[in-house]
Amino acid sequence: MSARGQMLDAIRRSLKRGPLTGPARDAAEARLAAPVRGPVPKRADLDHAGQVALFCQWAETNNASVARVGAGEVPAEIAGWLKRNNLPARAAMAPSAELDRYDWASQKLLELRRGIAVPDDQVAITGAFAAIAETGTLVMASGPGHPVTLNLLPETHVVVLREQDIVGGYETVWERLRAAYGRGAMPRTVNTITGPSRTGDIEQTIELGAHGPRRMHIVVVRP
Amino acid sequence: MRSTAHAFRGNVTGALSDANLQDSLSKLKKGFSERRRQAAERLPEFEALRDAARDIKNHSLANLDFYLETFEAKVVALGGHVHWAPTAEDARRIIGELCREAGARTVAKSKSMVAEEIALNDHLEALGIAPIETDLGEYIIQLRGEPPSHIIAPAVHLTKDQVADTFLAHHGKLGYDKRLTERNDLVAEARAVLRQKFIDADVGITGANFLIAETGSSILVTNEGNADLSNTLPRTHIVLASIEKVIPTLEDLGVLLRVLARSATGQESSAYTTLNTGPRRADDLDGPEAYHVVILDNGRSQVLGTEMQEMLRCIRCGACMNHCPVYGAIGGHAYGWVYPGPIGAVLNPQLIGLEEAGDLPNASTFCGRCESVCPVRIPLPGLMRHWREREFERHLKPSAMRQGLALWRFVAERPRLYRALTGLANRVLALFGRAEGAYSALPLAGGWTAARDLPAPQPGGTFHAQWARGRRR
Ligand code: SF4
Repeated sequence: MSARGQMLDAIRRSLKRGPLTGPARDAAEARLAAPVRGPVPKRADLDHAGQVALFCQWAETNNASVARVGAGEVPAEIAGWLKRNNLPARAAMAPSAELDRYDWASQKLLELRRGIAVPDDQVAITGAFAAIAETGTLVMASGPGHPVTLNLLPETHVVVLREQDIVGGYETVWERLRAAYGRGAMPRTVNTITGPSRTGDIEQTIELGAHGPRRMHIVVVRP
Repeated sequence: MRSTAHAFRGNVTGALSDANLQDSLSKLKKGFSERRRQAAERLPEFEALRDAARDIKNHSLANLDFYLETFEAKVVALGGHVHWAPTAEDARRIIGELCREAGARTVAKSKSMVAEEIALNDHLEALGIAPIETDLGEYIIQLRGEPPSHIIAPAVHLTKDQVADTFLAHHGKLGYDKRLTERNDLVAEARAVLRQKFIDADVGITGANFLIAETGSSILVTNEGNADLSNTLPRTHIVLASIEKVIPTLEDLGVLLRVLARSATGQESSAYTTLNTGPRRADDLDGPEAYHVVILDNGRSQVLGTEMQEMLRCIRCGACMNHCPVYGAIGGHAYGWVYPGPIGAVLNPQLIGLEEAGDLPNASTFCGRCESVCPVRIPLPGLMRHWREREFERHLKPSAMRQGLALWRFVAERPRLYRALTGLANRVLALFGRAEGAYSALPLAGGWTAARDLPAPQPGGTFHAQWARGRRR
């Protein structure tokens, strides 16, 4: 018997049944088709303005910095923030249609390269698929407009997040993923990111910037 | 990892007299457990989420074959591969072959307890492939040639100074020849050294916190982002997961994530939770070209359908060891095999046998704190008691202890006799000297008092006697 058959057999023998059939199978299939929600924390059960505020509050608690601007101010906000923090005015930026909407040419000193991150990049600029108010978590979906390396390699990650992409909890994110990619389908990688990279591996004391970004700046854009 | 669980008693003596270890363990008590308490208090739904988490795992276990097959079909449809490994040896062989096919010289590894369980690193090294641990704690202990001492904080037994010495000894040849004293400098040096290793690695090997049947996704939870670099930069991504990791849907994942980070470190959420589904798509600009999932049984299916099944709900948060007075006194290494603490005392006898790990279930004060914090409500003390009974039945105990236990059981099953005898013992013990408050030696109990003091009975009689009086009031 194949290793696969052997393992499935061992499981079924222990469960004292053959392959799942009848009502038990129907129930499991129904659960896949219509997922069961667990208790959803009330914390993020707010109107949208409240959710945006809650997201910003948690993001700052998670050691990210947050700026709230209009769409016309995004490039200037990023250039100014980089300058104030003595960071290079040079970044690898996600090649997404979403980021094309902003007038980057207005920032003459900001040097942008569109594409994946390479090891020497100091700063990455990306959008976000969604964000979770409950915990201040960003949700990044990989694809041609959002290479995964941008989320990880550079020491500084600047995220341009549209207010309308902020939701209460995971449940709404799952629904949005299903709407965008189809039921049961996903992009290769979904990174949910809650603040900069960190480690507590030396004496349980948190240090930022273990492997991923040390710094994270979230630019929340009003519609 | 080679087990020293059979030498548990000796390991304990060594641990209790290790000053560095005791220093590190004293920090553990204040750190993780206090932060978990605060996180639980911040979320009114926390207890309801624990119930839901328990129910999700029970449902998944009852339908395990179905969800594994569903998961497999999803992965295969995306061009990924699923490999079934009944034993640790099968998993080692499969991963070794996959690494060879990929032409791997170095492998970036993200901390995986299942990889420790199957001793993957030794196997890869024997094949001439260098596995590089990338989780900072795991990297530190790899340099030191030590096993992990905690399932989420593998280097929790070490002090900063020990880490500084280790880095100086190993990074000197790479041009880092200054002994560092600040934690952030140590982290920065490890980041720089490991960054190059990530770039050079041909294969990334990760574990999985969960597998999602609905989508065929494997889930990784970390704070450092090392798992994400391991699954993004190398051309091949291999996931090693045991059978009980599969859950039905993304909604179920949401419940489990909400209890996992809070139970583990007291965080609202870990910094990175990543869902990987298949290899990179045709229009992706980065990500691995090949995606393999190795599913390991290694004795777990034998526990299904038995009274011990509940151990398979474990989501490896580490809360039980963070709250365990025994773990807090002896640390993780004394347990002698991969999984320490209360969950280790329950899992290890199943995975490596009662002959080898039979002493571990005795390492409990039955205080119940582990069960009270377990996010999936595993009755850990009950399961330990079960192993003790099995061990007794299998006559693995020295005969004197067997007879002693038989006598104790005889007495304990007869409440009147028990009360009469304990009341008597109480009065007799009092004669030995209540004034000091504790006995450091007692006749017939040298084994107990060698390493601990027995508190002296205090005025008021036995618990039963006090209870009875209290109730009558
Ligand atoms: S037994 Fe419970 S508390 Fe211990 S590691 Fe597993 S899930 Fe966490």
